[in-house]
Amino acid sequence: MSVLVYVDQQDGKIKKAALEALSYGAAIGSQANLPVSALVAGQVPKEELDRLGSFGAGKVLHASNGELKSFDGAVHAALLKAAAAKENATVIVLSHNFHGKDIAPQLSVLLRAGLVTGVISLPDLSAEFTVKKSVFSGKAVARVKVISPVKILTLSPNSFPLTPSGKSAPVEKLEVALPASRVKVTSVEKESGAIPLPEAEIIVSGGRGMKGPENWGMLEALAQALGAATACSRPVADAGWRPHHEHVGQTGLTVRPNLYVALGISGAIQHLAGVNGSKVIVVINKDPEAPFFKAADYGLVGDIFQIVPALTQAVKKFKGE
Amino acid sequence: MKILVCISRTADTTAKIAFTSNNTKFDEADVQFIINPYDEWYALVRALEMKEKDGATVQLISVGGPETDPLLRRGLSYGLDSAVRVNYSGSDPFRIASEIAAWVRGEGFDLILTGKETIDYNGSSVGGMIAALLGVPFISLATKLDLAGSRATVHREMEGGEEICEADLPLVVSCQKGVAEMRMPNIRGIQTARSKPFQVREPESGEELIQSLDFELPPAKAGVKLVPADQPEELVRLLHEEARVI
Repeated sequence: MSVLVYVDQQDGKIKKAALEALSYGAAIGSQANLPVSALVAGQVPKEELDRLGSFGAGKVLHASNGELKSFDGAVHAALLKAAAAKENATVIVLSHNFHGKDIAPQLSVLLRAGLVTGVISLPDLSAEFTVKKSVFSGKAVARVKVISPVKILTLSPNSFPLTPSGKSAPVEKLEVALPASRVKVTSVEKESGAIPLPEAEIIVSGGRGMKGPENWGMLEALAQALGAATACSRPVADAGWRPHHEHVGQTGLTVRPNLYVALGISGAIQHLAGVNGSKVIVVINKDPEAPFFKAADYGLVGDIFQIVPALTQAVKKFKGE
Repeated sequence: MKILVCISRTADTTAKIAFTSNNTKFDEADVQFIINPYDEWYALVRALEMKEKDGATVQLISVGGPETDPLLRRGLSYGLDSAVRVNYSGSDPFRIASEIAAWVRGEGFDLILTGKETIDYNGSSVGGMIAALLGVPFISLATKLDLAGSRATVHREMEGGEEICEADLPLVVSCQKGVAEMRMPNIRGIQTARSKPFQVREPESGEELIQSLDFELPPAKAGVKLVPADQPEELVRLLHEEARVI
C-alpha cells in the first residue's frame, strides 16, 4: 500500500499546486504510515525532479513518453493507472487544477476508485476514510466518505502549506506503454510572465468602479508592488476591458489566495462565490453600502483613484523599495 | 449529428445555503431550483446553436427524481428535440455517469456536452467519467467549440491562457463561459416544449464509490475592520502584523 501523487508541470516547471498536492500526499503518508511516490509526466529537467524529495516524495517516478506531450487526460490517467499498479497505491492525490480536473474522473473509472474533488483538509482515517471538500461554491463544506478500496483526491489550491524538508529522493524512469493521445494541441495562447490566477497567493481585482480599461495601470502597479496576479469581475470581462481568463466569480474562475484585494467591486453574490475561499479579503469601494464589505476582513471606504496609488506607495515603502 | 446535453438540477445561485436533518440534507425550503448554469448557458445553448446552424438533433438527459422534470421541460423550451430522465436520485458522480453512459451505448451520440461543474457539489467529475466509461476522448473546460465534419476544434483553459486542440468525434466536452452566447427561450419554444418527446427510464443497478455524509457552514467572518481611507500605511501594517499575508 502507498500514496501516489500526480505532480503537474507546465513547460518543464513543476507547478506550485503540484508541490501542495505532494506535501498533502506526504502528510497522508505519515498519518497512515505509507510510503509516498511522486509521478511526473512529460519532459522535465533533472533539477526540477530533484526538488520533489524536499516536498515529501520518498521516490520520484518520471515518464516522458511522446504520448504525454499533447495533453490528453485519458493518456495521463492510463499512466497513473500503471504507476498505481506498480506502487500498489491506495490513495492517489492530484491538484484540483485544469489538468487534475481532466485526469481524475477518467482515472476514477479506470480504477473503479471513488473520487473526491476539491478537498480542503487531510482525510480522517480513524474509522472510515472521510474527507472534507468545498461545496456550494465555497459557501459550505461537505464531509464525504470514500467507499472503494482505492481513493482519489484532488486538492484545492492554496489549501495546504508547503513545508520543504531539504530531503532528497531517488528518481526512477517509469517506462510503460501508453495509448496514443487523441487530443491534438495545435496552438497555445498564453500571457507570458504573468502569474497564473489559480496559483497566485495575492490577487488584486478590479470591478466597474475602475471606470474603464485605461485606468488599469494603477491596479497593475499595486499588483506589481504586492507581487500579485490581476483579476476582474464579470461586468469588466463582459465589457472587454480585460480578458476573460481574468474573470473571477461564479461563472469564471474560483480562486483561494491568501489575500484578495477588490477595487471598485460591489460584491454581488456571484462574485463572492468565486473568492470566498480567500484567507483575507480587502475591499476598497466608495459605496459604504457595497455588499462586499460584509464578506471583507478589511475595508477602506473612499475613492479608489486616490487610495490605490497611495496604497501602492505604502506597500513599496513597506517592502523597502 | 446527434448531440446529448447533460443537465443537472441545482439551487439558484442566490439561494440561502442551509442544512436540515442533522446537517445531512440541503434545506430546500423557499429555494428556487434552476438548471445548473454551466449546463444551461454554455452546453445547452451551444448545442442549440449547432442545431440551428447544421441541423443537429439535440437530446437532453438528466439523472434525478421527478422534481427534475420541469427543468428538462424548460431546457426543451429553447427548441431542442427530446428529453430523457433517468430516475435515480443519488449524488454519486460515478453512478450518475454510469447511467448516462448506459443510455449513450444504446442510442449512440456524436457529441456529449456537460457544464464544467455543478454549482452545488462543484464536482467537475461526471463528464470525464462518461468519456472514460465509453472509451471516447474528453476535453475539459472548453471556452470555444466548433465542428468540421467528424472533427472538433476546442479552445480549453489552462493556467494564464488557452490551448487550442482537436479531436475526432464521438467526444465528450465540458463547457464553460465563452462556448455560447447566453440567450432565453422564446414564446414558440415555450409553447412547443410540452409536446416534445419526453421519457423516463428506470436506472440500472450500479456501483457507488463515494457518499456524502454531512455538511457544515464555514465559520462566520468576524466582521470588516474599517481603515480610514487616508491611512493606507495602516492597512499595510494590519496585513503584515495582524493578518500575516504580506
